[in-house]
Amino acid sequence: MSAALTPAPPLPDLSQVTRVDEVGVAERVARFQTRSIKTESKTAALKMILSMIDLTTLEGQDTPGKVRQLCQKAMHLHDQLPGLPHVAAVCVYPTMVGIARKALGDSGINVASVATAFPSGMAPRHIKIDETKIAVAEGADEIDMVISRGAFLQGDYRFVFDEIAAVKEACGEAHLKVILETGELSTLDNVRRASVLAMHAGADFIKTSTGKIQPAATLPVTFVMLQAIRDFHRETGRMVGMKPAGGISNSKLAIHYLVMLRETLGNAWMTPEWFRFGASSLANDVLMQLQKQATGVYQSADYFSKD
Amino acid sequence: MATQAARIPVAKTYKIYIGGKFPRTESGRYYDLQNAKGKVIANICRSSRKDFRNAVVAARAAQPGWASASAYLRGQILYRIAEMLEGRREQFIAEMTVQGVGKKAATEEVDAAVDRLIYYAGWADKYQQIFSAVNPVASSHFNFSVLEATGVVSILAPESSGLLGLVSNIAPTIVGGNSCVVLASESLPLNAVSFAEVLHASDVPGGVVNLLTGYRSELAGQFASHMDVNAVICCDADDDTAADIQVKAADNIKRVIARDGINWSKATAASPYFVADVQETKTTWHPIGS
Repeated sequence: MSAALTPAPPLPDLSQVTRVDEVGVAERVARFQTRSIKTESKTAALKMILSMIDLTTLEGQDTPGKVRQLCQKAMHLHDQLPGLPHVAAVCVYPTMVGIARKALGDSGINVASVATAFPSGMAPRHIKIDETKIAVAEGADEIDMVISRGAFLQGDYRFVFDEIAAVKEACGEAHLKVILETGELSTLDNVRRASVLAMHAGADFIKTSTGKIQPAATLPVTFVMLQAIRDFHRETGRMVGMKPAGGISNSKLAIHYLVMLRETLGNAWMTPEWFRFGASSLANDVLMQLQKQATGVYQSADYFSKD
Repeated sequence: MATQAARIPVAKTYKIYIGGKFPRTESGRYYDLQNAKGKVIANICRSSRKDFRNAVVAARAAQPGWASASAYLRGQILYRIAEMLEGRREQFIAEMTVQGVGKKAATEEVDAAVDRLIYYAGWADKYQQIFSAVNPVASSHFNFSVLEATGVVSILAPESSGLLGLVSNIAPTIVGGNSCVVLASESLPLNAVSFAEVLHASDVPGGVVNLLTGYRSELAGQFASHMDVNAVICCDADDDTAADIQVKAADNIKRVIARDGINWSKATAASPYFVADVQETKTTWHPIGS
């Protein structure tokens, strides 16, 4: 069944990828966290965060009812607060794509699906491709694929590269987000290398983690990936999006990510089209903060929908 | 020949207690505590509303675990606090005298505080029987009312009784499974901070009791308006403050418990009704089967 694939783009020379200065990264990241964002800027940032969230449920115990509930939440984040944006997407398993698609209707919210044997990625390629095609056929606008970390760590870059390219082709119109699972890549050098590899293979987005492995998204890892995106853009003129996922559960941290994004990639990337947060509990904390900004009173989780 | 310079005494900077840790106030502000002669004896944190908010977050996180601990265990832990306080009796008496309380009065107050903790430790597994009930109903159901902890309680501790007043409000609150955020007496704060150290050494899970120091005028509104606080205990507030607290607490229908003019050294200042003040009654219907 190996016929009729369009020729893959050329594999970049990964030995030439810039080395990462870990100490420098740590220092730079520490400085992003010293910014204090207050009053109107904070409200604007919080709303921007909401619009960038991929509201996610990825559990073995997911049911159609739970997915519909999440879609309802995506469309009605907190009706007491006027003028809120909706989230960017709802992220579910492939079997739930049809249900989410139907529930979201013409709300403008995308459906993202984790295809390709999420979260381990341990499946033969033709199965990953089939899974991707099924998810797209069911109505997924975005595909979140995981790379084969084993092959990558073994140094079999060609295999990983071809796999991403093949899935990208199977995606058709759908956007492809490539999950590097940085918690398993062990060094920042590997993160940088995997980012370059994924972008050259055709990723529309690169994403840190599945959320199933600790550590998930961290500021240093995201910073390295943002720099890779910046350099790739300079080199090829193509913009690639970024999605940190997993472990970003409070507004303060999310605002630090926005600061980092602004100072690394600039305003062009500060839209849901180019930056996403993969999170399930972040939205509620942001809503609580927005309510606090509006009323001046600290809020209780009792007054916000449960995820 | 150099003579030995006179030693300069070190005024301790007392910290606050949030989530089982002793941070300095986030605001970086302090007030001087002076003795009767106007000499600075310690630096006391002037907690900000951010500190208060952090404390509520810690209290909320700790509350379910604490409430689900057995009544027996909560009683044991209260007894342990009493033991630890007894062990540091001399320090507490010394701190109290530094703040201008007479030696005899100080000794009595510390001893009374220990006794009060043991009093409430004893109530831990008994107040339920006293306040719960099986209710008569006309259908074939058991209908019973039982008490449950209300959640996070904020406490504005009595101004005039730095240790005993503090203990007399904390103990009945936590014995019933609540967690609390307490603002210590502004003029007599030393014992409160040392009491946090006692709690820390007494198996009380971090976050169950959070102790702040600072200006009541600055913080009282926060204690009443925070939506994640379920009840506010307000000791010895002036009329304006009390009214303000009532209004702000109404937003999320907090319970407001005013404790004014209580002489904490009296035996009548200890009662299971202080436990019941911060409990909710849950009524359950259960069909009678055969």
